[in-house]
Amino acid sequence: MSVLTTQTPAAADAWTAVCPSALLAAERGTAALLPGGEQAAVFRTAAGELYAVSNIDPFTGAAVIARGITGDRAGEPTVASPLLKHVFSLRTGLPLDGEGPGLATYPVRERDGQVEVGTADGTADGTGGGRL
Amino acid sequence: MARLIVIGNGMAGHRLVDTLTRADTGRAWQVTVIGEEPRPAYDRVALSSYFDGASEDDLLLGDLSDRADQRLAERVRAIDRERRTVTTDAGTTLGYDALVLATGSTPFIPPVPGADLPGCHPYRTIEDLEAITASARGAATGAVIGGGLLGLEAANALRLLGLDTHVVELAGHLMPAQVDQGAGALLARMVADLGVTAHTGTATSAVTAGPDGRASGLDLGDKVLPADVVVFSAGIRPRDDLARRAGLELGPRGGAAVDDACRTSDPHIYAVGECASHDGTVYGLVAPANAMADTAADRLLGGTASFTGADTSTKLKLMGVDVASFGDAHGRSEPGALDVVVNDAASRRYAKLVVSDDATRLLGGVLVGDASAYGTLRALVGRELPGDPLELISPASSGAGAGAAALPEDAQICSCNAVTKGDIGAAIGEGACDVPGLKKATCAGTSCGSCVPMLKTLLADAGVEQSKALCEHFAHSRADLMEIVRATGTTTFSELIARHGTGRGCDVCKPAVASILASLGNGHILAGEQAGLQDTNDHFLANMQRNGTYSVVPRIPGGEITPERLIVIGEVAREFGLYTKITGAQRIDLLGARVEQLPAVWARLVDAGFESGHAYGKALRTVKSCVGSTWCRYGVQDSVTMAIDLELRYRGLRSPHKLKGAVSGCARECAEARGKDFGVIATDKGWNLYVGGNGGFTPRHAELLASDLDSATLVRYLDRFLMYYIRTADRLQRTAAWIESLDGGLERLREVVVDDALGIAADLEADMAAHIDGYADEWRGVLEDPDKLARFVSFANAPDTPDPTISFDTVRDQPVPSAPVPLGMPRPANAAPAATAVEA
Repeated sequence: MSVLTTQTPAAADAWTAVCPSALLAAERGTAALLPGGEQAAVFRTAAGELYAVSNIDPFTGAAVIARGITGDRAGEPTVASPLLKHVFSLRTGLPLDGEGPGLATYPVRERDGQVEVGTADGTADGTGGGRL
Repeated sequence: MARLIVIGNGMAGHRLVDTLTRADTGRAWQVTVIGEEPRPAYDRVALSSYFDGASEDDLLLGDLSDRADQRLAERVRAIDRERRTVTTDAGTTLGYDALVLATGSTPFIPPVPGADLPGCHPYRTIEDLEAITASARGAATGAVIGGGLLGLEAANALRLLGLDTHVVELAGHLMPAQVDQGAGALLARMVADLGVTAHTGTATSAVTAGPDGRASGLDLGDKVLPADVVVFSAGIRPRDDLARRAGLELGPRGGAAVDDACRTSDPHIYAVGECASHDGTVYGLVAPANAMADTAADRLLGGTASFTGADTSTKLKLMGVDVASFGDAHGRSEPGALDVVVNDAASRRYAKLVVSDDATRLLGGVLVGDASAYGTLRALVGRELPGDPLELISPASSGAGAGAAALPEDAQICSCNAVTKGDIGAAIGEGACDVPGLKKATCAGTSCGSCVPMLKTLLADAGVEQSKALCEHFAHSRADLMEIVRATGTTTFSELIARHGTGRGCDVCKPAVASILASLGNGHILAGEQAGLQDTNDHFLANMQRNGTYSVVPRIPGGEITPERLIVIGEVAREFGLYTKITGAQRIDLLGARVEQLPAVWARLVDAGFESGHAYGKALRTVKSCVGSTWCRYGVQDSVTMAIDLELRYRGLRSPHKLKGAVSGCARECAEARGKDFGVIATDKGWNLYVGGNGGFTPRHAELLASDLDSATLVRYLDRFLMYYIRTADRLQRTAAWIESLDGGLERLREVVVDDALGIAADLEADMAAHIDGYADEWRGVLEDPDKLARFVSFANAPDTPDPTISFDTVRDQPVPSAPVPLGMPRPANAAPAATAVEA
């Protein structure tokens, strides 16, 4: 098994503002640039839940996950990479079509009308995911 | 007596002389054979038996010296077609009334460094074999380049000479011309049992030299394989230099082009065997060569025999391994051809049947290990199968079996992933109820996919009903959803899934519904909730490339463009640094635009009068045209105007799959209209309408729907055809497959479109009229709407910062994505730059 485990840092050291809450439309992703050059893809589901995963498609290395189609598989919120259509869980970042690399996940919150993504000290080392 | 000269004394030449002189009881022909080899004709197919102890004499074919003049060790230098003479290197000039070219072929020696070192040999003649034997004295290792039929014979020869033998094959498996991957893999295992190592998917970059200046090994890129003797068996090239110099027409891949009479472009000259190209094919097997020789002989005697292509079925024993290939072994002769495979590596047995898409007719097959069924199966090619195809190749076929049910539990269903029938049964028992479910549970069918029909059979056998559901969210087919949306007037995905589906959708049903909504005219495709349904290409109105950038394709209706507009495209490409390429559909592709650059690129293009070309959509792409009667001296109608009219009429039309059209101004068909979903070809009375063509994975020629139409009728039929397709086709089903799926096929389509058998023609035309009225350029729509424009940024929190992962190299003065990441491979986090890796 080459499936990696993704971990959400229990707490973030720094929060990066993505956009005003009103601009994050449901079921349409948005890319955000994080300190240190990482990229997150941020999503809001129809039910209003927020998710942030790595924007890098681990199968191609292209920064395109935010432009994927969202949906669900048996209730699990998903995003499909627009390049080769691999489907990932938004919750865990894990691939849902068998083995393979997954996406790192990031903490995400809304504060003072802004959507924010959290990172651990400087880089998101603990999150692994698409960077493994 | 008329004079016949045969150039070449190989198997084809020998066969021709033998057949002709036997049948020529009236002694009409005086035959002269000129051959460059010093010995009489011999059996090249049995060449390898030379190493099994056969003598030169054993290989000789029947002696014909009493029936023809033989000039051996003599070579023809030139043919003078006007004077009908040939001149040989002995200085002799001979006159002829008929000439037959039977010059055969030469082995292809790949142009790698060292291919001419001592110790390197072709494998073609008795002389070659003698040289190989001499090289093998004192040698320890040998390698054959080329893992085809002859290459394996050569490997056997090296093995019999006592060498440690290797075979290097460029393709992914052995004998790629005859057998498929599964059979090739088993073959590799079986020759390995005999001590021959196969290296497949491997290219030889050089033959290395030892200190004595002789061949010492093969450089395979990542390693050097020791080889004191190197044999080349990498295919053949027809020997057509005489024909070429005589000005005869040649085939596309060389060889003197011949017709069904085996006659070249000069009626006095025939060509047979490997030096001839029939219908573009050069046959490298003895059976077709014999058939051609027999045809030419019959024609020389005034007969009417025809050579119309040959059965390339083969059955042979290679190193004691039975290998047979018959009919269409690769499933290329028919769209939708299915494979039925039994792969039992443990008992060294592989059998595959290729059957028609409804599994009723046998098209061909491959047998390895046990070819005892070859005779019966080959006889069945092209005919209706007597029963379940699997039963024919099941090891335990007792005649009473019932298809997959007859297979033992440990039989491999998916040979790519080693999934047995038992595994499949277990997965079904645990709740897998469809093919995707089985794929997920067992990985069966996830590689080559050839076992998918078997998976369906096993599901059906287990009593699981197959659904035509689009995905887990809708239990409907696309056509059903289309009807629901039309009947209920639904305009949003949310409404549709709430009332008729479950969950929140996915990357299958969302774009499908988006397409349905767009086909029925629901405003801009990025309006409101629709935007989130679109595939990324539609979402950003451009085609995503492998590095996340986009390509931009402005519409150039009919391929007609003014110099001014052409200059604008050039200026835009230069200003934004875009890679520029002409597409196959008479327009221009600008690649490498970052998402945040798209609005600025399009602002320039829209200003200059360009519109979206919908290259990104399942929609009408282009209507290609030739220059037509306006310019062309052969043209009978104005194809350019018609193509532009049609492209403007149907631009923006969303459909189940992409749609392409073309218009040709005469029967010469320069616009390649029959390769399109709809093709219009001018006649002197009007237009012929062809439908259901496509290129791509399974090329199809469009078929004639109606002929000699006036322009208004043509457009009316096209409106009906396209709308009927949009209403009833499956998701991602192109017109060819759709027509095939109609009960009654093309005939039924003609009834609906031409005869209005369903009484819906007026309705279809009204739908099309609504589409035409509602058309607006999608890119203009984006540029005029700040909300839509707001999506075209790299990062929400850094809208002007380009994606740092995108970079370009320069190739042939143009930008291309740098350091391409192999698709399907995860990118390592700490990947060392290439230069560092080399140093390490």
